Amino acid sequence: MKFLVCISNVPDTTTKITFTPDNKEFNKAGVQFVINPWDEYALTRAIELKEAQGGTVTVLNVGEADTEPNIRKALAIGADDAIRVNAFPKDAFFVAQQIAAIAKDGGYDVILMGKESIDYNGFQVHGMVGELLGIPTVAPAMKLDMSGNTATLEREIEGGKEIVEVSTPFVASCQQPMCEPRIPNMRGIMTARTKPLKVVEPTGEGARTEVAAYALPPAKQGVKLIPAENAGELIKLLRNEAKVI
Amino acid sequence: MSVLIVVECDGGEVKKSSLEVASYGSQVAQLLGTSATAVAVGEATEANLAKLGEQGIAKVLYDNEPRLKDFVNGAYTKLIAAAAQQEDAKVIVLANSNIGAAVGSRLSVRLQASLATNVVELPKTEGGSFTVKRGAFSGKAFADVKLDGERKIIAVKKNSIEALHEAGKTAEVVSFSAQLTDADFADAPKQVVMQDQAGGILLPEADKVVSGGRGMKGPENWNLIEDLAQALGAATACSKPVSDVDWRPHHEHVGQTGITVSPNLYIACGISGAIQHLAGVNSSKVIVVINKDPEAPFFKAADYGIVGDVFDVLPKLTQAVKELS
Ligand SMILES: Cc1cc2nc3c(=O)[nH]c(=O)nc-3n(C[C@H](O)[C@H](O)[C@H](O)COP(=O)(O)OP(=O)(O)OC[C@H]3O[C@@H](n4cnc5c(N)ncnc54)[C@H](O)[C@@H]3O)c2cc1C
Ligand SMILES: Nc1ncnc2c1ncn2[C@@H]1O[C@H](COP(=O)(O)O)[C@@H](O)[C@H]1O
Repeated sequence: MKFLVCISNVPDTTTKITFTPDNKEFNKAGVQFVINPWDEYALTRAIELKEAQGGTVTVLNVGEADTEPNIRKALAIGADDAIRVNAFPKDAFFVAQQIAAIAKDGGYDVILMGKESIDYNGFQVHGMVGELLGIPTVAPAMKLDMSGNTATLEREIEGGKEIVEVSTPFVASCQQPMCEPRIPNMRGIMTARTKPLKVVEPTGEGARTEVAAYALPPAKQGVKLIPAENAGELIKLLRNEAKVI
Repeated sequence: MSVLIVVECDGGEVKKSSLEVASYGSQVAQLLGTSATAVAVGEATEANLAKLGEQGIAKVLYDNEPRLKDFVNGAYTKLIAAAAQQEDAKVIVLANSNIGAAVGSRLSVRLQASLATNVVELPKTEGGSFTVKRGAFSGKAFADVKLDGERKIIAVKKNSIEALHEAGKTAEVVSFSAQLTDADFADAPKQVVMQDQAGGILLPEADKVVSGGRGMKGPENWNLIEDLAQALGAATACSKPVSDVDWRPHHEHVGQTGITVSPNLYIACGISGAIQHLAGVNSSKVIVVINKDPEAPFFKAADYGIVGDVFDVLPKLTQAVKELS
C-alpha cells in the first residue's frame, strides 16, 4: 500500500497574527512554523497502517525551501521519503493540482490530508484532489481502518457520523480522535537526515482566487464586570442591553 | 444566468444555516440583477421547501431519490452540477458545513469555478470585480478574496448572515432528476449514527452556547452547564483538555483544532482563554466569561464577565433565566 500524506506548513497555534504593511501577506517575521495540527493525524495514521500491513509513506508539501524543517520533522516521525513542490501555495486549487499530479504519477493508493489548514481554513484541497483524480474523498474522517484494499471510515456530519466504505484509491481528510499524533524520537531525528527529499517544480494552471487584503477583527470594547453576588444581573444585561436572550 | 442556492434539509426541515444561505443567495441575485433558484438535498417536504419563498427564492428543484436522503458526496456533486447547468448558474451558494464545503470543493473543479469557503459577508461587486470576505487564521483574521473565474462558488459561514423572512411568499417546488447511477453512490454511508443532543440543539448550528473548561473539575459537574444551556435554549461545548480526558465527547471541543462557532452568545465557564481556544470562539457576537481568576486571559476577549466560582455563579444564572420567562 502506497500512502501519500499531504502536509501544510502553518504558523504555530500561539502565533499573534499580523500582516505586511500593504496587508497583502501574512507577516512571517519571528513566527515559528509547525506541521498543520490536523495533518499530524493523517501522518501518524498512515504510519500506523503501514506498520500494520506494510507499504510506504511519502510526505508531500507544496511550499518554498523554508518548509523543509517541517518536512524533515515528518520524516523523523516515521515517513519514508518526501516530495516538496517548489512553489508558494497560491490558493487551494493551485495546491490541489500539484498534489493530484504527484498522486497520479506515483500511483498512490491512499492520499491522506488534514481536515483543514489552520491558516487558510479552506477545507478545500482534499475535495479538489479527489475530483481531479476522479476518486472519492471522505472528509472529515474521525476514524480510518483498512483491510486489504477496502477502507472503513467514520465521516463526521453535523450532529452525527456516517460509516463509509471505499476502496483504494481514495482521499481522506483526518481529524481527532483518529489516533494519538506521534512526536519524533532521537532515532527518528537521526535517520530523517538521510531519507530522500525530492524537490520538483510546479505544473498545471495558476490559481483561481487572489487575496486582495487581510484584516484583523475589530478590537473588543473592554469587559463589563458584574459582581458574583449579583450574578442574576448579568442575565438582565444580556436581555436588555446586549439583546441576545 | 442565475444564482443557484444549495439547501440542506434534515428530517423534513430546512436547516437553519440553509435559511441563511438562501437569504445570502437571493441577495446576491438581486445585486447581479438576476433570479435565485434553489436545489434541495437531504430529506425534505414540499411544504417546507415552498416556504423558502420567505428567503427570496422563486423556485426550488428537488430530486426525491431515496438514496439522497443521506449525504453522498459523489451523488450530491453530480446533482448540483446538473442543476447549475440547467439554470446556467454563474454563482453557487452553499453552507460552510461539512456537507456544503465538501461538495463545493468537488464542484469547483468540475465547473472550473473560483471557490471561497468560510465567507462572512455579501460580495462586493464594484468595477466588475467580485470580492468576498472570509475568515482566515482560525478566527484571528479576515481575508478579502477576489474570485476571478467566470463561475463562482461561495460557502457561507454559519450565523454570519441574518436570514430574511418575507412572510407569505412561497417558492415553486419543481421535481428534478440528475439521472444518478449506482456509481454516483460509491461513497454512500453504510450506516448513519446521530448523536443524542441535549435539548436537540446542534453545536455548529446553535445561536447560544454554554461552554465548560477544566475549571468545572469533572464530568459529574456538567449538570450545571446543561441546566443553564437548557434554560437558555443553548448548545453545550467544552475546551480541548476536557474532551482529551473524555469528560465530554470530542465533537463538543471548540477552538483552533476543534470546531469554530460564531453564536450570538458564548458563555465560557472555568475556561482560561488560551489563544487556541479563542480562535474557535472569538467571532461570537457577545462573549461572557465566568472565572475565579481575575487575571484569566479570557476576560480580555469578553464583553461581560463575572469573577467568581462557577459552582456558585452557574446556579444563580440558571435561576435568573428561569425567572425571566
Ligand atoms: C496545538 C494546540 C492546539 C490546541 N487547540 C485547542 C483548541 O482547539 N481548543 C482548546 O480549547 N484548547 C486548545 N489547545 C489547548 C489550550 O492551549 C489550553 O491548554 C486549553 O484551552 C485550556 O483549557 P481550559 O481553559 O479548560 O483549562 P485551564 O487552562 O486549566 O483553565 C481552567 C480555568 O478555570 C478556572 N477555574 C478553576 N476553577 C474554577 C472555579 N471553581 N470557578 C471558576 N473558574 C475556575 C481557572 O482560573 C482557569 O482559568 C491547544 C493547544 C495546542 C498546543
Ligand atoms: N501547501 C500544501 N502542501 C501540502 N498539502 C497541503 C497544502 N495546503 C493544504 N494541504 C493539505 O490540504 C488539507 C486541507 O487544506 P485547506 O483546504 O487549505 O484547509 C491540509 O490539512 C493539508 O493536508
